[in-house]
Amino acid sequence: MAGQLSSNNGNASNIYQGNGLTLMLPSWLVICVLLVVPVGIMLVYSFLTKEFRGGVIWEFSLAAYDQFFFYRGLFGDEAPTIEWTYIAIFWRSIWQAGLATILCLIIGFPTAWFIATRPPSSRAFWLFLITIPYWVNLLIRTISMKFLIRDEGPINEFLIWLGPISEPIHMINTNFAVQLGLFYSYLPFMVLPIYASVERYDFGLSEAAADLYASRWVTLRKIILPVVKPGVIAGCILVFVPSLGAFLAPDLLGGAKNFMIGSLIEEQFKGNAGNWPFGAAAAMILLTMVLIVLIIYARAQNRERT
Amino acid sequence: MKAARIDLRHFTGFPLITGVCLILLYAPLLIVAVYSFNDSPSITTWEGLSLRWYRDVFFGVEASKFKTAAFNSITIASMAATVATILATSAATAMSRAGQFKGKSVSFALINLPLMVPEIVTAVATLIFFSAIGFTTGYLSILLAHIVFCIPFAYLPISARMQGIPDGYEQAALDLYATRWQAFRLILLPLMLPGILSGFLLAFIISLDDFIITSFVKGAGIETLPTAIFGAVKIGIKPNIMAISTLLLVVSILFVTLSYLIGRAGEKSN
Repeated sequence: MAGQLSSNNGNASNIYQGNGLTLMLPSWLVICVLLVVPVGIMLVYSFLTKEFRGGVIWEFSLAAYDQFFFYRGLFGDEAPTIEWTYIAIFWRSIWQAGLATILCLIIGFPTAWFIATRPPSSRAFWLFLITIPYWVNLLIRTISMKFLIRDEGPINEFLIWLGPISEPIHMINTNFAVQLGLFYSYLPFMVLPIYASVERYDFGLSEAAADLYASRWVTLRKIILPVVKPGVIAGCILVFVPSLGAFLAPDLLGGAKNFMIGSLIEEQFKGNAGNWPFGAAAAMILLTMVLIVLIIYARAQNRERT
Repeated sequence: MKAARIDLRHFTGFPLITGVCLILLYAPLLIVAVYSFNDSPSITTWEGLSLRWYRDVFFGVEASKFKTAAFNSITIASMAATVATILATSAATAMSRAGQFKGKSVSFALINLPLMVPEIVTAVATLIFFSAIGFTTGYLSILLAHIVFCIPFAYLPISARMQGIPDGYEQAALDLYATRWQAFRLILLPLMLPGILSGFLLAFIISLDDFIITSFVKGAGIETLPTAIFGAVKIGIKPNIMAISTLLLVVSILFVTLSYLIGRAGEKSN
């Protein structure tokens, strides 16, 4: 009803023409003061000298980045060689986040497809089912996963009772546990964008292709894939980016052996072993990596649009 | 008519994987919920149904600790969500009712910035910021940090709703000499109410949910529910933690369902 009342869609309305910036101002202020400026100060801190009980001394230094990339011996007097410890932690994080993303894709794609091909009236309900767990406290979801896959946990108990194994399968504190935790944390981020792209797809097109004697495979590759691809890429980024800096899943499910970037950074700000400039530098490097991924994505999207 | 139509809508196995997906999502939560009713001091052995650990949460040794933490969590979430909702409503009005203006695309990016910056980076940056300006960490620093990341979550449903409302009614009111403020307060705001409510509820849950940013900016001596639970779990999962988790689980699901139903009712009335 309301739709017919006006030709002017809400999107293009200009009732408050001229007040745009005034209305934006409060949000601008809050986000600039409490996020943009802090990231700037963090960048500055990454170039300062560390103070031993946490905090910094206001003296320019490249020590944080140097410590990240180079090893100069126990007393700092040897010729610098590449320091692999931290690069390895970053590499492991990329690897873990990547595997979690693939796991999400394997389960998420068919699920999104299935939901998008339901009758329109029931789609919202299916989506709702998928998103509910996302709104449950992440900490609680991670604890539930930990409870489930412990050596004495319900899965092992059940399998032992059933008979296929006599010793519990060791799952906690392994790479697999971390991937499972990340998968559990971010799965809905994979399903939603893929769903959106499949739902937009007009299945009449594939019927037309079939009428013109395209095989199922050709139709899939030439007609469906181009439409669905943006959703898949968006989903992968939405899972990969938060997985990269995740803290709870690696910390609670991975244990000390499966250290990821999140734990490395966190450690620098807790207790006496802390090194604020180093933590700030590691956070800066993580942020740079994420921004590179997002910029490549934005560019690819722009190219496709033009 | 062709005899054999190729059906590209349905793939064998996809419904099965959807089933697996739902089991993976819900089984851990359900199992923890079931075990929270276990009448045993051990989390491994099952000794029958009881409300023992719920009693422990409310009246046990650690009850006062959890009550204070819950109080902090709920008051912070209410205030952060309220402020974020007001900011997001104003921003959504700018984005969908103010035509083109300078800085519009930057504004859009800025609103969504808290979603793009990894949480751990936000946590570090906020901690360093508070320390650099000499701001005492505690209740207020947690509240300020929460407002920031609540904004995009409040913004999404609010702006979606506002874009769905044509501005004809408001234009009509303006033609009849209503001021713009009257048009906003008496027409747009009531129509927006479902969107605003679901924005508020989502922001509330997101604030209630946060662990990593809170744990960085809270300083010593104050806990929210997630940081208190995390501290306890570091020592080991105990049955009372499972009871608290189940309670929090129920609260989250209740809020999201409410937000979903309000949003849907709003759509229908439109």
